[in-house]
Amino acid sequence: MTFSAELEARFAKMMQSYPPGRERSALVPMLLYAQDEIGHVSEALILEVAARLNISRLDVDEVIGYYSMLHKRPLGKYHVQVCTNISCLLAGGEQLLEHAKKSLGIGHKEVTPDGQFSLEEVECMGACCWAPALEINYDFHHFVTPEKLDQLIASLEKVQ
Amino acid sequence: MKILYNEPSPLETRVLSRRFGLENSERLDTYLATGGFEAFRKALEIGPDQIISEVKTSALRGRGGAGFPTGMKWSFVPRNHPKPRYIIVNADESEPGTCKDRLLMEYDPYQLLEGMLIAGIAVDSRKGYIYVRGEYRYLITHLERVVEEAYSRGYLGKNVAGTGFEFDVYLHSGAGAYECGEETALLDSLEGKRGIPRMKPPFPAVSGAWQSPTLLNNVETFSAVPHIILNGGQWFAGLGTPKNGGTRLVCISGHVNKPGVYELPLGYPMLKAIYEVAGGIPGGRKLKAVIPGGSSCPVLRAAECDLAMDYDSLAKAGSMLGSGGMVVMDETTDMVRAALRIMAFYQHESCGWCIPCREGTAWLRKMLARLDAGIGTPADIDLVGELSKNMLGRTFCALGDAAAMPTISIVEKFRDEFEAKLQSYAAAGLVQVG
Ligand SMILES: Cc1cc2nc3c(=O)[nH]c(=O)nc-3n(C[C@H](O)[C@H](O)[C@H](O)COP(=O)(O)O)c2cc1C
Ligand code: FES
Repeated sequence: MTFSAELEARFAKMMQSYPPGRERSALVPMLLYAQDEIGHVSEALILEVAARLNISRLDVDEVIGYYSMLHKRPLGKYHVQVCTNISCLLAGGEQLLEHAKKSLGIGHKEVTPDGQFSLEEVECMGACCWAPALEINYDFHHFVTPEKLDQLIASLEKVQ
Repeated sequence: MKILYNEPSPLETRVLSRRFGLENSERLDTYLATGGFEAFRKALEIGPDQIISEVKTSALRGRGGAGFPTGMKWSFVPRNHPKPRYIIVNADESEPGTCKDRLLMEYDPYQLLEGMLIAGIAVDSRKGYIYVRGEYRYLITHLERVVEEAYSRGYLGKNVAGTGFEFDVYLHSGAGAYECGEETALLDSLEGKRGIPRMKPPFPAVSGAWQSPTLLNNVETFSAVPHIILNGGQWFAGLGTPKNGGTRLVCISGHVNKPGVYELPLGYPMLKAIYEVAGGIPGGRKLKAVIPGGSSCPVLRAAECDLAMDYDSLAKAGSMLGSGGMVVMDETTDMVRAALRIMAFYQHESCGWCIPCREGTAWLRKMLARLDAGIGTPADIDLVGELSKNMLGRTFCALGDAAAMPTISIVEKFRDEFEAKLQSYAAAGLVQVG
């Protein structure tokens, strides 16, 4: 597989970050950064990473099943993650999630037909004091109201 | 002035957060202009034994949740060991209600780096890792820039600040797993595996990352260290109450007018924190309950909240100071629903390694969902309490306890709400009882 030069540079740095012989330590961050570039953890990516780290594909597979941010199916271009954990719950997080479902026309872990958006109900993301919170890809949004969410969605609908 | 996530309160004692709000607070020059790296130089002068002794005197206790005395932990790391020693920062911050490490890394990353360096001197380590939860990608990118600046200006690497001390720092991203905040699961995750907790002993201090002696602390714990070294353990201890040194970044969320992260001395009155620091409850509504330090802590009733926020007072009240995530719930809160949401979290995050936790949290989630829907009998309420008590202390790591403790307290203290739900749904003919 070929990755961008930037990602290759990151991988090279990762391989130097751990004690000699412990390169496997790069596995989780490698998968996450690669997923960000190619959209999901594909079969080809699993084999590529296994080969680079000199581990079995099973070693890679079992890790993917464990971490909630690693996805084997393509996500939307914009992955909307709504927190409904306790602090967000008290601030209307569940209503926000319901609103997101309606506005996007999709449910938890679903993708819009055009591939632009996906939605996920997530656990506490460390924004409890600025609840309800959501993350779109890696961008945090705090004190989100249904109106604010609709504006966000509208601003991202057309982005290619 | 930089725009902060929330307005600071004049009632705060700002030690770790004293640079928050300064222009370019994350830059080396700002750090150096405000006393940065003086503690590091002093630490090199006084040496490992004196550093550890100051940290012990400071009565600093781990800010990650368990509150273990930091100086004591540092003294467990064998310094003359054939294997290298590692410094690991736990920046997994995922205990619901907690959002403070984020600010420490964003606004004052050099304070954290200096804390790591001093720890490096104390246990004779040359390498540190910061394990950051994957959702905090903006912080990883931010810290990468900071670390790069530190190297290029000679504040990391072979000759830190021209002192000849050598130290490297690496960043490591998680990928979504609460359990990876548990220290030994974090180590497995760091090694490229599923985050499954390890058998203890051996403790990480003796055999941790890559089977080497490892010093692992929370972001806030490390960030307190430069202040302790610079101003003395006595001074830090004096900010708090006996055996509870210093200040804490308290994250006040939920039903308050001014939710936010506030730095308060240990022993600060909880009611004052709610009503004065965080501006009280909206609409003049009444307080119902408080989760004092992250969702794994037993819940306190309003009547139990007239206490000092330190580890020992909270323990006496049957709860914990935990991770500093204080969740305020007013009289409108549905406690059954709260119990369900908390359990749903632990069930989702249980790593599945040990059966009492994997099965216990799954069954409890189902039972609480039924009760929340108004289905069941009073005996089901008892069963939730009993099953939780059976899980307590019987799981491989503390995640099982974290799930059990809030549940037991909610069932005991708010049983009437469970019963009322059953009755009102039955009366309305919405469900069949029996
Ligand atoms: C399930 C679980 C999750 C945890 N999550 C975190 C976390 O996100 N951050 C943290 O610092 N400590 C967390 N801890 C506590 C760590 O195991 C460990 O006690 C702590 O990082 C040690 O640092 P300290 O002494 O400075 O608190 C967690 C513990 C458990 C059992
Ligand atoms: S509870 Fe939603 S961010 Fe913490």
